[in-house]
Amino acid sequence: MVKRGTVLAACGIAALAAGQPPSTYTETIPGTRVSFEMVAIPSGHFTMGSPATEKGRTASEGPPHDVELRAFWIGSTEVTWDEYDLFAFSMDVERPSSAQPRPAPPSGADAVTRPTPPYGDESFGYGKGKQPAINMTWHAAMEYCRWLSAKTGKTYRLPTEAEWEYAARAGTTTAYSFGGDARALGDYAWTRENSGERPHPVATKKPNAWGLFDMHGNVSEWILDQYDAGYYRTVQPGTVGPVLLPGNHRFPHVSRGGSWDDEASLARSAARRGSAPDWSRRDPQSPKSIWWHTNALFAGFRVVRAVEEQDNLKGFRSTITRDSSQ
Amino acid sequence: MSADQFTAAPSRRDFIKTTTAATLGLSFAPMMPGAYASGTDAIRIGLIGCGGRGTGAVLNAFEGAEGVKLVAMGDAFADRLASSLSEIGKEHAAQVDVPKDRQFVGFDAYRHVLASDANYIILATPPGFRPIHLAAAIAAGKHVFTEKPIAVDGPGIRQVFALVEQAKAKGLGVAAGTQRRHQTGYLETLKRVQDGAIGKIVAARCAWNQGFLWKKDRQPEWSDVEWQLRNWLYFTWLSGDHIVEQHVHNIDVVNWAMGTHPVAAHGMGGRQVRTGPEWGHIFDHFSIDYEYPGNVHLHSQARQIQGCEGSVSEALVGDRGQCQVDKYAITGAKAWKFDGKDNAPYVQEHTDFIASLRAGKPLNELKNVTESTLTAIMGRMSAYTGQPVTWDQALNSTEALMPPSLTFGPMEVPPVPMPGRTKLT
Repeated sequence: MVKRGTVLAACGIAALAAGQPPSTYTETIPGTRVSFEMVAIPSGHFTMGSPATEKGRTASEGPPHDVELRAFWIGSTEVTWDEYDLFAFSMDVERPSSAQPRPAPPSGADAVTRPTPPYGDESFGYGKGKQPAINMTWHAAMEYCRWLSAKTGKTYRLPTEAEWEYAARAGTTTAYSFGGDARALGDYAWTRENSGERPHPVATKKPNAWGLFDMHGNVSEWILDQYDAGYYRTVQPGTVGPVLLPGNHRFPHVSRGGSWDDEASLARSAARRGSAPDWSRRDPQSPKSIWWHTNALFAGFRVVRAVEEQDNLKGFRSTITRDSSQ
Repeated sequence: MSADQFTAAPSRRDFIKTTTAATLGLSFAPMMPGAYASGTDAIRIGLIGCGGRGTGAVLNAFEGAEGVKLVAMGDAFADRLASSLSEIGKEHAAQVDVPKDRQFVGFDAYRHVLASDANYIILATPPGFRPIHLAAAIAAGKHVFTEKPIAVDGPGIRQVFALVEQAKAKGLGVAAGTQRRHQTGYLETLKRVQDGAIGKIVAARCAWNQGFLWKKDRQPEWSDVEWQLRNWLYFTWLSGDHIVEQHVHNIDVVNWAMGTHPVAAHGMGGRQVRTGPEWGHIFDHFSIDYEYPGNVHLHSQARQIQGCEGSVSEALVGDRGQCQVDKYAITGAKAWKFDGKDNAPYVQEHTDFIASLRAGKPLNELKNVTESTLTAIMGRMSAYTGQPVTWDQALNSTEALMPPSLTFGPMEVPPVPMPGRTKLT
């Protein structure tokens, strides 16, 4: 890992004001016992994309280009059902026992829109708890981050594609964060080869060098960026915080890291995938749900938090509505 | 895509002739061969029930075949019709030909849709209306794509069973929204089961267990009837309860695998968590032991309670292997896993149906969906009463849930069934 620059002191966070680098912390979602860990990732630069020689690589991963990033935190795991259920089913505002008085919704969080219920079992029989949440749309993942931000008073969001790959590589330049040989992948990842055709509880394989679990495999992770196979050809080398901001179309957005349902090559650090309408192939309604896919049992996400947010992401939110076209 | 492209099709004249004959109720066989003989004749959809599913079904039909237009729409509510028309027109304006005088609102909207020149009726209202609408559509000589379930009570089921042969005699096709029967993975899996991959089926399981579904907050201007209609899931006269409305899909898969329907149900269920008046009067969980001929049993579960284990699935136990149908997987001596590309079943069901009409061999899926619906109703009756219920008891039940006449106004919520006290009628 190359570490460059220091975090600016103007970010208003006490530890940083003293010139300290950010440190890893545990966030407990207020009003619940549900918590998750946010790993501090120092600012730095890396080569994004893959060389033409990398096995399994596609043209969309090139050309490799140098990217600079500010410091941020990233979830050590994918968002679990324990976390996502609070948002998706308002389990933070409603109590299952009618004997208890219903507490007032926390200020701010109440304004966030919540998913409409799915017509079916959103867990697809894989269980909940520490299983990664699956099958939510990009819009839903974005709204989860808004909800989480309102609940915690910190601004969480989806990772940019550059942030995600930087964190996945953890300083490496090889196809995987542990090297170039896919034969070791089973120690780090749930993919089609070893998953038994299902997702698994988060953090049950080895983490990468920066302490992040399941960056390879388990569930493919939503990225804030719109997907464009030719995007890398347009990025100027040395760009700080590159991001391709999406508009209000439902597709395509980037999903990264491969999944329990994918072969090893899709789990590579540089492998890119764009979401597509057939992820909702079995939604019988029209308009189709903007909250739940029906055929994306492989799709999940993790959250990041900028130490100092870049200008073009300040206040950025999904503008997708029921009227949005594909 | 111009409208002329279809109205100018060579066999248009023949088609008018045959549909007119059907409309007049004439019965001569074989009547319909030639009806879509060119393979490109216009399918003119009349949509009855303009909610999310009806809207989706129209778009599925557009995607499923060439030469499909929407020509008439009906719904109880003007706002639902308008939003459906707007949604369909967003990307398919050229296929929408529904002027104001073919937009019908109210309880009799279906009659007007059926009186239009639509030749492909989509029934997607709440299921309580289905037998009435289906009977009227067959009487009007229309091909019908009907959503599941097909009825909510014994009288409705009997009415629909009588339509199976009537439709055939008139050369009319009836496709049902049990889309798993058009889903590649299900078809491939059950073909192997029926070819003996797991031997003789000795037991089965199926479930539709999920969390809460949508509901609409009551508005001050809504009458009782409007409130119930807009929250139709939660009233048995409209939905049949969720074991019928939703779980019929899984039951249908097991009936399909068994090649028959159960002879009796021993069920239980209740309303444990979803107890507020906003949830109508239906149960939130069912567990049914279904008995098939030969003492083969199906354990069926249907639950809509938040925060519980989820499962939407069907499994078969054979004497030489097992099949997890929903995962397209067979274990045992002839282990197998579907590894092909799955299709889009909601589109495929229209592709298959329209192809059958154009080939002059209209599909008739009515018997299967009616049997599966009655299977679910039999389970509900057993759970509501706490008594065993046989196929014949369910079929011959005189309990008609639909009010004899329906107008927007006051309507009491039926009582919550109480096992041991609620009687089978």
